[in-house]
Amino acid sequence: MEAAGVIDWLQHMGRFGLGLFERLGRAGLFLVQVLGGLGSLLPRPGLVVAQVYSAGVLSLLIIVVSGLFVGMVLGLQGYNTLVKFNAEESLGVVVSLSLVRELGPVISALLFAGRAGSALTAEIGLMKATEQLSGMEMMAVDPLKRVVAPRFLAGVISLPLLAVIFSMVGVFGGYFVGVDLLGVDPGAFWSQMQSKVDFQVDILNGVIKSAVFGFVVTWIAVFEGYDAVPTSEGVSRATTRTVVYASLAVLALDFVLTAIMFKGM
Amino acid sequence: MQTSRWIEIVVGVFVAAGIGAFFVLAMKVSNLSEFGGQNGYTVTAEFDNIGGLKVRAPVTVAGVTVGRVSSIQFDNDRYEAVVRMNIEKRYDKFPVDTSARIFTAGLLGEQYVSLQPGGAEQYLKDGSRIKLTQSALVLEQLIGQLLFSKASGGPSAQ
Repeated sequence: MEAAGVIDWLQHMGRFGLGLFERLGRAGLFLVQVLGGLGSLLPRPGLVVAQVYSAGVLSLLIIVVSGLFVGMVLGLQGYNTLVKFNAEESLGVVVSLSLVRELGPVISALLFAGRAGSALTAEIGLMKATEQLSGMEMMAVDPLKRVVAPRFLAGVISLPLLAVIFSMVGVFGGYFVGVDLLGVDPGAFWSQMQSKVDFQVDILNGVIKSAVFGFVVTWIAVFEGYDAVPTSEGVSRATTRTVVYASLAVLALDFVLTAIMFKGM
Repeated sequence: MQTSRWIEIVVGVFVAAGIGAFFVLAMKVSNLSEFGGQNGYTVTAEFDNIGGLKVRAPVTVAGVTVGRVSSIQFDNDRYEAVVRMNIEKRYDKFPVDTSARIFTAGLLGEQYVSLQPGGAEQYLKDGSRIKLTQSALVLEQLIGQLLFSKASGGPSAQ
């Protein structure tokens, strides 16, 4: 009786594991196909431009507003801590390093997953549910090349741009709170920042991070949409999964990338 | 047609804003404007004790940053720290008898290398070695010396 229960449990775990690996494998094959379809975009850049508009430009407002507030909060919190050590001149360093290394790439990626990733999944999932994708196949148009590849490329292009804008707006938000409201010396704010923030180590690594996040978030979003069960419930579940998986992937990858990039600093 | 043109313009503005933000970060936030990467020359110096010196610490002459510490290694045979410094190309007139010292910026600040130009005719070039060095001050050693001189009734006793 006991043994049967354990075996049932093991079988359950096995089924779960097999399902997981099957899905991962499908996602990998899907990615290879999408990457292969990127070449066909060269003669038609307009497709990508339209998707950069819906993924990037339309996310700009939320990115700018949250960047501003994150920077302002960093300025406030950093000031309150640093002033205890008489080190409020280092506020610029605290604000810019936190933004450029971590918060810029990570928060933009999370917002991007919620704002643009969910929209991508819902759009592609609905195309599948309403059989537009099969319709394209009927007309000998490859939906991977016509629908998925431009959206994928647009996501990979948009997120690094959004993350850089987020960091820049955040630095100015921190400057506004620190210098204009709390009275940190503006010269010290910028000069300390410039002496401590390294272009290659901090800024380029932050951009690489956000490019990786853009790749992963968009991959998850388009795969979930393409792989969705073609019903309203299936699309709604796929959209939820996109936001959950993309956020988890971003946070976990952030740890791995930080450990690789900044191990000794 | 009008809307597609509009979208293209807006996307162009977006991409330009992203690249512009990148340049602001590069120029205004990071040290790129101050020191252009690795295109300088490298000199080495050996110290008995480098204290808390870190890679990327500034190398200064007369208080002006002229380069950065590029690597710190330990010489296993001579028990000394070997500090490599990358100095900007335009500052190429340091005499070979220049001395290097490790100072601390402020009481709790980070440590940096200070170069003191000598008077020799020849200049340091890529791969040169600075022979005259002075180690970092270690607070515990200083206190130890003070206590010792105080106990032995030295002149610093009060």
